[in-house]
Amino acid sequence: MTKKVDFNSIKPEEVKEELLSKYPVKVARKRAKQIVINKVDNGDVVPEVLANTRTVPGILTMRGCAYAGCKGVVLGPTRDILQITHGPIGCAFYSWLTRRNQTRPKTDDAPNFMPYTMSTDLQEDEVIFGGEKKLKKAIEEAVGLFHPKAIGIFSTCPVGLIGDDVHAVAREMEEKFPDVNIFGFSCEGYKGVSQSAGHHIANNKVFTDVVGLSDKPKEGKFRFNILGEYNIGGDAFEIERVAEKCGLTIHSTFSGNSEYDEFISAHTADLNVVMCHRSINYLAEMMEKKFGIPWFKVNFIGAESSAKSLRKIAEYFGDKELMANVEKVIAEEMIEVEKVRLDVKSRCEGKTAMLFVGGSRAHHYQDLFREIGMQTLSAGYEFAHRDDYEGRKVIPEIVIDADTRNIEELTVEKDDNRFSPRKSESEIEAYSKKGFKWSDYDGMMPEMQNNTLVIDDLNHYETEVLIEKYRPDIFCAGIKEKYVVQKQGIPLKQLHSYDYSGPYAGFKGAINFYKEIDRILNTNVFKLVKAPWQETPELSGSYAWTK
Amino acid sequence: MRKVAIYGKGGIGKSTTTQNTVAALAEAGKKVMVVGCDPKADSTRLLLGGLSQKTVLDTLRLEGEDLDLEDVVKPGFKGTRCVESGGPEPGVGCAGRGIITSINLLEQLGAYSDKWELDYVFYDVLGDVVCGGFAMPIRDGKAEEIYIVVSGEMMAMYAANNICKGIVKFAESGVVRLGGLICNSRKVDREADLIQALADKLGTQMIHFVPRDNMVQRAEINRKTVIEYDPSVGQADEYRMLSQAIDKNTKFVIPTPLETEELEKLLIEFGLEA
Repeated sequence: MTKKVDFNSIKPEEVKEELLSKYPVKVARKRAKQIVINKVDNGDVVPEVLANTRTVPGILTMRGCAYAGCKGVVLGPTRDILQITHGPIGCAFYSWLTRRNQTRPKTDDAPNFMPYTMSTDLQEDEVIFGGEKKLKKAIEEAVGLFHPKAIGIFSTCPVGLIGDDVHAVAREMEEKFPDVNIFGFSCEGYKGVSQSAGHHIANNKVFTDVVGLSDKPKEGKFRFNILGEYNIGGDAFEIERVAEKCGLTIHSTFSGNSEYDEFISAHTADLNVVMCHRSINYLAEMMEKKFGIPWFKVNFIGAESSAKSLRKIAEYFGDKELMANVEKVIAEEMIEVEKVRLDVKSRCEGKTAMLFVGGSRAHHYQDLFREIGMQTLSAGYEFAHRDDYEGRKVIPEIVIDADTRNIEELTVEKDDNRFSPRKSESEIEAYSKKGFKWSDYDGMMPEMQNNTLVIDDLNHYETEVLIEKYRPDIFCAGIKEKYVVQKQGIPLKQLHSYDYSGPYAGFKGAINFYKEIDRILNTNVFKLVKAPWQETPELSGSYAWTK
Repeated sequence: MRKVAIYGKGGIGKSTTTQNTVAALAEAGKKVMVVGCDPKADSTRLLLGGLSQKTVLDTLRLEGEDLDLEDVVKPGFKGTRCVESGGPEPGVGCAGRGIITSINLLEQLGAYSDKWELDYVFYDVLGDVVCGGFAMPIRDGKAEEIYIVVSGEMMAMYAANNICKGIVKFAESGVVRLGGLICNSRKVDREADLIQALADKLGTQMIHFVPRDNMVQRAEINRKTVIEYDPSVGQADEYRMLSQAIDKNTKFVIPTPLETEELEKLLIEFGLEA
């Protein structure tokens, strides 16, 4: 294992300087606004971060594409909307369960299309002559084989280039199959600056074509929706377990372990709570405007955060028995959590982490690390916007650039018949007076320590410099970064797919995470393995085949 | 084998000019292949006597991979070899990609092979250089000499200038050169002088001035080139002169496209003076 670094002796200004020194002037100027030294004033005032802006070509970014955001992230985890990727086969294949979203149909014979991947498998022939006919055939075939309630069509880059009208095809096929709700997404990969564009496109279509189709509420008390929870590694299962134990009813989750019937009646629930603010705040906002459902931010990553979130939900419903029950559940769950936490903390305290992932995970997982005494040295998002860094208070200041304008922003109006405010104005005010925050997200930076580096859209070069300078004990990112980092002797934990474990949400999830980090950090594997160049410094070889 | 591509604004008379020129070359004993690069597949109609033919892309769709050259190459006037690349209906798919696929396929099938003893291949390309696909004939040396059909109308000259920009892009990294402007007269004031001046500015030549003659229309209605329909008329001689000028041409240049302002100045100078 390589040398340990005393991170307190590192000056972040110097690291930033070094990161920028390798760039051409214009690139450096842009990156300088995206690499920020954190400083929290008055509790929540932080420096401005340039985010949601184009990656400079040539930079090895961690980002994904709009198709990945729409199909892979938002719609992918739902099991009974049959999803057809309109495009060449690779897009469908590589977005197929790679995030390890789990699902559990309610009965043995209930539909679950997630074990399949459907694609129109566009060939050169269709690129030249148009792919609409093949798409129609694919829909006919899918209806014949699976009889789904709904079909989503996801556009890939070539579809946008050749101008196939997936929406017209959806309308035509819906006339042919009136029992099936068919809708298309113009989520061509090249749209926007990152997968964030795809999230917005997904939110819009789910809102206009799915939510609100059925007014039949789910049975149960204290009904709410969880938005932006994708059941990676079974996170949603754990949240469901805890919610049920508390006496709460989750009407629908967008979109982990979800089904279509829950989506279409989601507007009958009395509250939306938002986990991943970046990917789904649009839907929360639109549902509030149209149906009067309030929303606030929660976080079920971390035992303390989970407890806090449960308390806030109970407080919202304002039921004494519920609140008491929530306290009881938290107390019960925390017994095991504390036992493991303290044990793990004894071995992990003082260790350091870096997190560069997602649009909320780089924030949420800092809570878990904090619980076992670990410090986050540097963090950043791949595709978040300024509000996810600095808090929603900066939204009015965010400059809307041309790339953002390219993504449709729906104008939403009150539904005259179905709009019903869940709380009266005076109630909302009374809550606010108590310090209860509505439609809130304070962002990642106010919760991070001063002098930590906040870096938007980190790239491979900067990763290498950060690792060399800080030598963190663990680095959290995704599969593209995993082996680059691990080859430098630093373990990498994937927070997109959780590698092979999970859940990490809720109380049991926290226990899993503590144990996982303990296992990773306190293993001897890096000490025991000798890299080939350590034994024989120079590699030599000969051609296996010579004439 | 000389590889020639004809470009120009839509509706300027590329297909008519190409086929009449090819007919004149064939009449003079040259072996010529014409490759139509327009999804409408009407670049060889006059040479084939209006026979509709199966396009490369249609054949590829119907026959799959098992394809013979003779499925797509049809003999036309005086042994010319006629090919239509074909493409999608208007408003769907990607015609540019179609042309790329089609030309690659023709190469694989040996359409350009020595055994055909071709003197010329002519590419008749749709409209402006609108995207990568339509630039295919001038990429990778598929075509080596370009002639632009133009008239004294402003938009035609504007298009010609744009095409020159496309040529520059590919000429710098390849072998393609501009051979000249063919003026297909629209009876605009001082048209020959204007196009000559444009040619000078572009660093090229007006290789021929083809006058306007209703004979062309009559021949077309009869699905023939003028050369075939009435070899004795003056207009047939015009196309013969054009073909001879191309055959003897040695002036191949990388053009120097004009700024829009400069182009407009040229128009004012010639168009408003009269």
